[in-house]
Amino acid sequence: MVPTAYVLVLSAVLFTIGAVGVLVRRNALIIFMCVEMMLNAVNLSLVALSNQWGNLTGQIFVFIVMAVAAVEVAIGLAIVMAIVRHKDTTNVDEINLLKW
Amino acid sequence: MNLHLAIIVPELIIVATALVVMLADLTGRAVSAPPRWRGQLMAGLTMVGLIVAALLTLVQIGLPVQDIQNLLIGDELSRYLNLIVLLAAILSVLMAWDYLVHFTRMMAEFYALFLLAVAGMMFMGKAVELMTLFVSLEILSVALYVLTGFHRGQLAGGEAALKYFLLGAFSSGFFLYGATLLYAATGTTYLSEIAALAPGGFFTIAGLALLLIGFGFKLAAVPFHMWAPDAYQGAPTPVTGFMSVATKAAAFIALLRVLLATISVPYEVWSWAIAILALLTMTWGNLAALRQRSLKRMLAYSSIAHAGYIFIGVAAGSQAGMNAVLFYLFAYAFMNVGAFAVAAQLEKPEFSAAQDADISATRGLFGRKPLLAVAMTLFLLSLAGMPPLAGFFGKMYLFIAAVDSGWVWLAVAGAINSVISAYYYLRVTVSMYMYEPSEETFVRLPLQMPVSLAISIAVAGTVLFGILASPWLTSLSRSVVALAAR
Repeated sequence: MVPTAYVLVLSAVLFTIGAVGVLVRRNALIIFMCVEMMLNAVNLSLVALSNQWGNLTGQIFVFIVMAVAAVEVAIGLAIVMAIVRHKDTTNVDEINLLKW
Repeated sequence: MNLHLAIIVPELIIVATALVVMLADLTGRAVSAPPRWRGQLMAGLTMVGLIVAALLTLVQIGLPVQDIQNLLIGDELSRYLNLIVLLAAILSVLMAWDYLVHFTRMMAEFYALFLLAVAGMMFMGKAVELMTLFVSLEILSVALYVLTGFHRGQLAGGEAALKYFLLGAFSSGFFLYGATLLYAATGTTYLSEIAALAPGGFFTIAGLALLLIGFGFKLAAVPFHMWAPDAYQGAPTPVTGFMSVATKAAAFIALLRVLLATISVPYEVWSWAIAILALLTMTWGNLAALRQRSLKRMLAYSSIAHAGYIFIGVAAGSQAGMNAVLFYLFAYAFMNVGAFAVAAQLEKPEFSAAQDADISATRGLFGRKPLLAVAMTLFLLSLAGMPPLAGFFGKMYLFIAAVDSGWVWLAVAGAINSVISAYYYLRVTVSMYMYEPSEETFVRLPLQMPVSLAISIAVAGTVLFGILASPWLTSLSRSVVALAAR
């Protein structure tokens, strides 16, 4: 069996890739996918930890995170659509009405 | 089985009201009632729900602490938080009453989402388990993402919603990872069990740090504040007023609970992190507010700065600090929602352009609407911390608590920041009194009854709360637990 520590390290790496992606990517949809990647990295460690501790808390937490992620997809895509109707772009650099 | 459902009755009332509002809207459409009339009905129903929940919360104050399966707890802290959230919500609904018809016909959706955000905040104050905390955080965030972009006729609303949403989801990731690391350290997500196990080591510190980042985003603490000015400026003004106060209150209470759970992390470690956040937040918020031209954006930066002041009380970590935090949140609810209510009256009526008023729009307001100008002056002076208004007492208690806990430099930094902030608040005041009304001075006339009521309540609160509530502060200290034994 794979030791829990390995899974935790993998999950930390995935989380970091996701976080860096949010910061460097400019397309709203890709940014959003990077956020999802962060959430799924957390899910991975939750499952591993659930196994480690021998209780189901982590696995239940995963279900809750998945439900919340689904809600965020629905809301996020609706917001992107509302912007695309005004201005045909998903590039966050061009959505720059509000600054300073 | 610990199922004291009575403690969540106010929250259940709020959720039920949200459903009733949606149903009433369907009925109203079926009998084809005019939109304006439906809007009044929705606002009225929302108001009834909020007031009933507030009264039930008042009845609960003083009752013993009870919990539901160790997931939700009904203690004095959560009851006072309910009152703060409901107060901000009531003032904001009064503000929205006649404001909404200017840009939307979807009244029911607005009020239902608004009520769900209120319920999320109230649950957040009661949550003593990490999953419950996360879900209530998301309930309030998701509802606020939609409310921020509710003005679909203008791009600024959508842009504000997108920025708020992307950074909010980003911060949820950090919050979750922090919760996971605490689970890794202890094998449980119950805050009481985490506190009892007193975990140490890398996972606990890293978990608390990541949770702090998550809370920092929600509280708009510098350097996690990038979304806040944009979201506050682009959102409909009643939503801005509401979320700048109530979200902060709920997140501060949840932060206190998490800090109580991770009591094994030494005070010296986390209090320094909070103190640095406080210093950065208030300094940057005030400096950025100095150069704003939009009144709403200036108030947005000022609300960032105020989160910084409240962090001072958290850093103090003592019972006096906690009391000061609660007191300040109450005072802040009155003065900040009041200031946004006046700002909403100065907005231009165009449908599709960005609506927020420039500071120059306040020119000669005293000549045109003396009472409105006086009310705005009181709110701004209170925000600046002028005695004997509520904001002064709030800041005084925060600074005293900081000095008592040995944070003299933090209290001094807070006082210096108050002086800086006085400059931009007074700039608005000067422009209201010293200039003649110009072309740009626009006031939404006639001032409708509900928003006048909101401004009157806020004025009364701003003037009287500081003086009348000081005895109340001492009674509070019995019910609130200190974070660190000091």
